[in-house]
Amino acid sequence: MSKVNELFDQKLAVVNFGIESFYQDQVKQNTQAVHVDWKPVAGGDKKIARCLKDLKRPELLEKITAANQEALKRILSAQPVLVGMSTAGEAIPDMTPTTILHAGPPVAWENMCGPVRGAVMGGLIYEGLAKDLKEAEELAASGKITFSPCHHHDAVGPMAGIVTYHMPVWHVVNKTYNTHAYCTMNEGLGKVLRFGACDQEVFDRLNRMEKEYYPVIKEALELHGEIDMKVMIAQALQMGDEGHNRNKAGTSLLLREIAQDIYNTHFSREQQEAAFKFLNDNDHTFLNLTMPSCKCTMDAIFDIPYSTVVATMCRNGTEFGVRVAGLGKDQWFTAQSEYIRGLYFPGFTEEDANRDVGDSCITETTGIGGFCMAASPAIVQFVGGQVQDAINYSSQMYEITVGEGTAYQIPVLDFRGSATGIDVMKVIETGIRPIINTGIAHKDYGVGQVGAGLVNPPEDCFKKAIEACAGAWGQA
Amino acid sequence: MKKLEIRKNAYYDSVTLMIISKEVKKLPGVAEALVGMGTDLNRELAGRTGLDAEGFEEVTANDFFVAADCETEEVFSDVVAKVDEMLSKKAEKSKSDYFPPTLDGALKMEPDLNMAIISVPGRFAAEVAESCLDRDIHVMLFSDNVTIEEEKALKEYAASKELLMMGPDCGTAIINHVPLAFANVVRSGDIGLVCASGTGAQEVSSIIDQLGGGVSQLLGTGGRDLKAEIGGIMMKLSLDALARDDKTKVITLVSKPPADEVAKQMLKQAKDTGKPVVVCFIGGDPAEIEKYGLYAAVSLEDAAHKAVALSKGQKPEDFTSFAMGEEQAVELARAEAGRMAPGQKYVRGLYTGGTLCDEAMKMLIGKLGHIYSNIPLAPEDKLEDARNGKSVKDTFLDFGDDEFTVGRPHPMIDPSLRAERVIQEALDAETAVILADCVIGYGSHEDPAADLADAIRQAKGLAEKDGRYLSVVVTVCGTEGDPQGRRATQTKLEEAGALVLPSNAQAARFVQLIRNNR
Repeated sequence: MSKVNELFDQKLAVVNFGIESFYQDQVKQNTQAVHVDWKPVAGGDKKIARCLKDLKRPELLEKITAANQEALKRILSAQPVLVGMSTAGEAIPDMTPTTILHAGPPVAWENMCGPVRGAVMGGLIYEGLAKDLKEAEELAASGKITFSPCHHHDAVGPMAGIVTYHMPVWHVVNKTYNTHAYCTMNEGLGKVLRFGACDQEVFDRLNRMEKEYYPVIKEALELHGEIDMKVMIAQALQMGDEGHNRNKAGTSLLLREIAQDIYNTHFSREQQEAAFKFLNDNDHTFLNLTMPSCKCTMDAIFDIPYSTVVATMCRNGTEFGVRVAGLGKDQWFTAQSEYIRGLYFPGFTEEDANRDVGDSCITETTGIGGFCMAASPAIVQFVGGQVQDAINYSSQMYEITVGEGTAYQIPVLDFRGSATGIDVMKVIETGIRPIINTGIAHKDYGVGQVGAGLVNPPEDCFKKAIEACAGAWGQA
Repeated sequence: MKKLEIRKNAYYDSVTLMIISKEVKKLPGVAEALVGMGTDLNRELAGRTGLDAEGFEEVTANDFFVAADCETEEVFSDVVAKVDEMLSKKAEKSKSDYFPPTLDGALKMEPDLNMAIISVPGRFAAEVAESCLDRDIHVMLFSDNVTIEEEKALKEYAASKELLMMGPDCGTAIINHVPLAFANVVRSGDIGLVCASGTGAQEVSSIIDQLGGGVSQLLGTGGRDLKAEIGGIMMKLSLDALARDDKTKVITLVSKPPADEVAKQMLKQAKDTGKPVVVCFIGGDPAEIEKYGLYAAVSLEDAAHKAVALSKGQKPEDFTSFAMGEEQAVELARAEAGRMAPGQKYVRGLYTGGTLCDEAMKMLIGKLGHIYSNIPLAPEDKLEDARNGKSVKDTFLDFGDDEFTVGRPHPMIDPSLRAERVIQEALDAETAVILADCVIGYGSHEDPAADLADAIRQAKGLAEKDGRYLSVVVTVCGTEGDPQGRRATQTKLEEAGALVLPSNAQAARFVQLIRNNR
């Protein structure tokens, strides 16, 4: 029997592209129907559409599909575990006393934005390499300082993402694939180094972190033993966090786990109290644990040939950078990073905002953060105030990912696993860009955070990436 | 003045409070405002913005506060009222359908999709159609501006998978009794149709319904399928499917006269189905059709009559008369013509359906000699700038042709341009009769008769004021089951003074009777 005759015996199920009233007419007739919110591939950019088509040739697509399934498998089978703390100088590969790590793709001092410059200068003063801002600025420009992205050193940093030699860092290991990741301790809100603040208040806090809190927490973790981060992040998602902008539940869970150990350390009660209070007073403590957990999860998918899954998304405040699993760690696809659509703290407006900055969107890369917005009704007001908006954002992300999570689930979507494994091809095909929940830094150094909101990676990052994929594996 | 209100041990989410702060600041008389919990950050912000009025030191992290720098006490009570209003506001639920961005997304929602309707811009249409065929989904491609090379490639691909690839430029289909795009609610029955024309398909299927017959399937092919370049790939595939379909007893083919070679192959295949086949090559030569033992229709209406007769086991005969009876029609036409002023000579055909326009011209060309048009039968009768220019002698316009649809929807969706033209023609003292179609059904405007009836009323009034009588003849294409309703549509038009004929062919013949009397 021909397919047409088979159709005559089936119940009609219509998919509509284009004029929406044709779909509405089907709905009126109670026909099964789906309307596709169709847009031309890559906004009608024929060159990019050709790259996509090239990659979709059956024999190549088969390889890509298999590679992306492997990438998804590695992401889902990752087992990030908090193993302890050390200092950047001790632990981070290729770290030297004059190295400064920053967020995002590579960027030279001349091209750094205000808050990143502020944080660099603050870092130099904190390390004792400069005595004041003027000296710090001269030193930064002198060529004597090695600037390098955190991502090149198994590290991630929120906002400016500055890591210097003496800073204490959390150490997370992906036990399944033996990848390591490091991240500094979160300083808190307000005037902090990661937002480019660099005055005495900031240095005092950084010093207390290094001298007072770090030894206590390090010992507490030694007493406690390893902590399974995947389980803890999964629990936080079920308690109203989305893993990027809301970290209240995760921070609470961490403290519940190690509180006793803090008080079992050999330090004075006063010092124990101070360390506990430092972790507890900052809702975002857990962000700096989620980030390295995601980082060591995603680093395991490099070196899968033909995979079009995004392994890294990050921004340095000037540019947004993307790396693709199948193209390796050395190829960055960058474009000017965008401004954040969001809510501002009283006294600040869009005029004050810096461009999108920070490594924290490693969370979205792994399938949490904005991708789990529906899990966090407490912050959906950033997206327009209605829970449905957050659900729509999270639902849309399934259109651009290879699959769905197993551990990270969204209660309101009937515990559906979050959209996981951003596929460059699908981003190009759908025109849907990943959604990122993030903070807004002031454009000038020294001020700090001025708001929070939503942002997307620039489309050009994905266009450049798909061109490179087609160039590497395609025929054209 | 700086004002402060503290509510002890009241908790609100910080994001909610940021939104409220933003709104409150917009109130008249408010210079700065901060609504929040007494966290360290908010206390610092209050200090920095100078909102830490007296008593602020009492605020703790567990307290909610409203602080504002405002002109008067009244303004501050407005601020507090606004804060309370926003805190207690429950947003209305916005629950809309989720529209996935891709076919893959659609398939996740509905894995059994088997028919695609595609109306995206032409230059992207082939790619979308191909992606559907890849997934074994039959395609109805409404888009035009698809190249003939793309059409051929798509149809060859579809044929290799035995899938329907209806179109491009296919506006009408009825699959499993579901009207798709521009189609009518037609009784189900045993007549299977394959049509290369949209309004042609609507006319035949609607008249089948009126005559008490019914349709098993109505498949479209798009207007170019029977050109030599395509070779009737979809016509053949459709014929084959209807031949094998047990529910189809009679087959009806509707098309403009095809390329000779294609016609031969097709008629041969039609004969080989072993089922009775009615063929309507609009304005074509019936002899070639009858040579194959098939039934040639002389009009779209006649195709419906013949198909219904065969379906009922009766002998089909040419229908070239009037439902009201020949004599009465002659009488009525004479009466219409008798009321006209001496200068009224010409017919102005104003159509929304291209095939209906073409059919009417072909029926009248013998009598009129020349018909000027944007879709002329002879190249020399082509009207330049039909949209903005005036009509010449006997003029027929297809408002669905490209010239009229640049930057606006098809006239079956938006009939306003045609309605304006009805009035314009009434101002021309040479206009004797206006012939128009009114196509209803799914896809069409929700009440196309309303617009047309208004225009007819105005047109008749204008002519009357000028001492003329304007005759308006309308054909309604559609069924009683259509959302707009055939009878309701007809009544609206008759009340405006139009003579409504039950088919396009009868309307054209009636116009000829009027012309005979001028």
